[in-house]
Amino acid sequence: MATVTLKPTKVPELMFEGYSINPDAFAGKTAAQIAELPGHEGKIVMKLADFFTISGDAGATAAETDIVIAGDCSRVKYIGARMTAGTVTVNGNADMYVGGWMKGGKIHIKGNMDSFCGIQMEGGELLCDGNAGNHVGCAYRGDWRGMKGGTIRVRGNAGNDIGTFMLGGTIIIEKNAFIHVSTHAEGGTVIIKGDVEGRVGGQMVKGDMYVLGKIKFMMPGYQKIDTIEKEVDGVKAKFDHYIGDLGERHPKSKGQIVYANLYLKAAA
Amino acid sequence: MASGEIIVKGGFIVDPTQKMDGVVGDIAIKDGKIVDKVSSSAKVIDAKGKVVMAGGVDVHSHVAGPKVNAGRLMRPEDKLLSGFCRSGMAQKNGYRMESGFSIPSVFKTGYAYARMGYSFVMEAAMPPLLAPHVHEEIHDTPIIDEAALPVFANNWFVMDYLKKGEVENTAAYIAWLLRATKGFGVKCVNPGGTAAWGWGLNCLNLDDQVPYFEITPREIITGLLQANEYLGLPHSMHIHQNDLGNPGNYKGTIESLKISENIKTKNKFGREQVMHSTHLQFHSYKGENWGNFESGAKEVMDYVNKNKALTVDTGNVTLDETTTMTADGPFEHHLHGLNHLKWVNVDVELETAAGVVPYVYDPNIKVCDIQWAIGLELALFAKDMNRTFITTDHPNAGPFTRYPRVIKWLMSRKAREAVLDSFRHKDKVIEATHLHTLDRELTLFEIAQMTRSGPAKCLGLGSYYGGLAPGMGGDVMILDLNYKDMPKDPEKIEAAFQRAACFIKSGEIVVKDGEVVSNGHKKTVWVNAKMPENPQVMRDITQSFTKDYTVDLINYVVRDYLAPHPMVIDVDVEA
Repeated sequence: MATVTLKPTKVPELMFEGYSINPDAFAGKTAAQIAELPGHEGKIVMKLADFFTISGDAGATAAETDIVIAGDCSRVKYIGARMTAGTVTVNGNADMYVGGWMKGGKIHIKGNMDSFCGIQMEGGELLCDGNAGNHVGCAYRGDWRGMKGGTIRVRGNAGNDIGTFMLGGTIIIEKNAFIHVSTHAEGGTVIIKGDVEGRVGGQMVKGDMYVLGKIKFMMPGYQKIDTIEKEVDGVKAKFDHYIGDLGERHPKSKGQIVYANLYLKAAA
Repeated sequence: MASGEIIVKGGFIVDPTQKMDGVVGDIAIKDGKIVDKVSSSAKVIDAKGKVVMAGGVDVHSHVAGPKVNAGRLMRPEDKLLSGFCRSGMAQKNGYRMESGFSIPSVFKTGYAYARMGYSFVMEAAMPPLLAPHVHEEIHDTPIIDEAALPVFANNWFVMDYLKKGEVENTAAYIAWLLRATKGFGVKCVNPGGTAAWGWGLNCLNLDDQVPYFEITPREIITGLLQANEYLGLPHSMHIHQNDLGNPGNYKGTIESLKISENIKTKNKFGREQVMHSTHLQFHSYKGENWGNFESGAKEVMDYVNKNKALTVDTGNVTLDETTTMTADGPFEHHLHGLNHLKWVNVDVELETAAGVVPYVYDPNIKVCDIQWAIGLELALFAKDMNRTFITTDHPNAGPFTRYPRVIKWLMSRKAREAVLDSFRHKDKVIEATHLHTLDRELTLFEIAQMTRSGPAKCLGLGSYYGGLAPGMGGDVMILDLNYKDMPKDPEKIEAAFQRAACFIKSGEIVVKDGEVVSNGHKKTVWVNAKMPENPQVMRDITQSFTKDYTVDLINYVVRDYLAPHPMVIDVDVEA
């Protein structure tokens, strides 16, 4: 394994589109070559060297490359987007589109990350120690094909539109979330360990949701069918099992209509 | 328009209008037109070892207007990663940023057509009420000349007049509307069916009654054919038949094509047909349902080959993710029910409607593969390539940027077989279609007929577009293909048609080595049918604008500033 360290030297005046900051782009390159990789600041093409000092050569393949960003990237977008292997660690915050469209490997953001993280993700692991913005693991704007696989874990809070049009994979929000969870989803699992304001599972066709806190406003299209005991992400608890969204189309499997499941932690 | 002289030297000229098939020679251009000769100071472009053709003519493409824009608004994901150059690069090169795949921005539309050597594109369905928007977008589309066909087949005036058998009044209304909207000809989309959609209904058969109007699609088609010839317009009536996209529709298609048998052509523009049947692929389906769906291309083309009063375009499915859009409102609703994707539905007052739904032609789905095969079969069964044109009904069956790929499939059996071999349901597709049995490979001359001389003649523009004879427009495409030594690798054919080695439009070099080098000088083409004023029709129009329309007559008409570079075709209507 080879580690490439990027140390931020300058805060971009506009947002810097760091689409080159991923193990796939770095693989097989020396520190000097990596410094020349492009990124946009507004309409101008810049180089990584304009914003970072780079030390260490990359491994021969993405899988053998670890990237460490030693500092804050609050104004750097697309970190680890489209990566297929290797790791990226940011010792600070990251801007939008962290791990968007990623297929494999691991990203660890030690601060907060902004919106659109892990959108249309297909595989790999995205971990954030802080809070996430909106559109966690969601579909790209307008698209109807959301997250297909992989895991996103946010140790803090998340905003709205989590897992929209989700088809597979897992999203775990360890604290609270705002509105719109798994809207239009047709698969996948979303676990929210804190409270949610509302609009959970609107127009959801298939898939699972777990809420371990409270839902302030329940969707009218969900019907409680059972109370069961379940273990989810290391927590064992009693859950009220709801099915829905009853206002949406649902596929049939073996003669049975398949609904989306909402497991809401039962009142003690 | 550039006045500079240009001479394209030593290329293999392929020009069906002059029956030139690979003749080595020079093409001289002066003042934006092809001329016999130029002075020795003319700019010389060496085309030695390359093919030289006229600029392409697209007879049917949805490239401007409200429904294209609805598609753009509805599909931001169509732009993701599809802009091949970002603004920084574009700025450096002096041209505008391009974006979008199936519903490209106006700039990409102009540039991409130019890179493929197209000089004229027909916007295939203009809602008259929204014609100002269509013209604004046409004006913003660089380089290519464009015209637009207003839709008539579900128009309340037309249905009212034709119910009473008043062809002359219908013609007078058409003449007025073409002038008011700066339109080009008579488009007919799902006659009666779109009007019925206002009641949540459709007309799938020629003899279905349109609710309230008590007229049938057959009567609307017949009346519009008659009115078109009464006016003697450059283009014939241009039809998208009823029952589009449904298994078993080929019978209805042939039945509607037969209506042309009773009509005689009358015009001064060299046009021979009375009916242009568009995106025929969507209308050539056999079988009763999607399970036993199969190709009806042979039956349909057997009829088309016999009837010289017809021209057709293919509407090739290109197996891409695209955006369907049509004035056939009920069809889009039907499609939305099939794929559950997002849907736009619009009603245009007294005139028409529209729908937009994204669609993925997935090569792993048998039906999509059969549709792909049908489009190619139509062209391969055709006997007269001057009556059969290549389109993708952009963006309905695929984006226009895939024309080079369609040309590759038509010119190379090897390329077609490679696609067939890649299908998961290959055997079932072969069983349901004829494509695998067809050895025919089209020649460059036939491709030039299908994309140049044929469509230009069909549009009544054969004296200006689609050929390289002196006096015609100075639109010349140079292709990186050696006529005497055509590449074994079909991919090279596609590449040559995708990016012209050089494209001269109206006497100005606009593309060089596949890159746009100029924003060109585009023109808006429209038809001014001069007919003595018809007091009854004028009274009906005035009354209707007071009573029914949401806009006043004075705000309806397309002002001159919206088409600042017009090429007006005058038609003197003989009573």
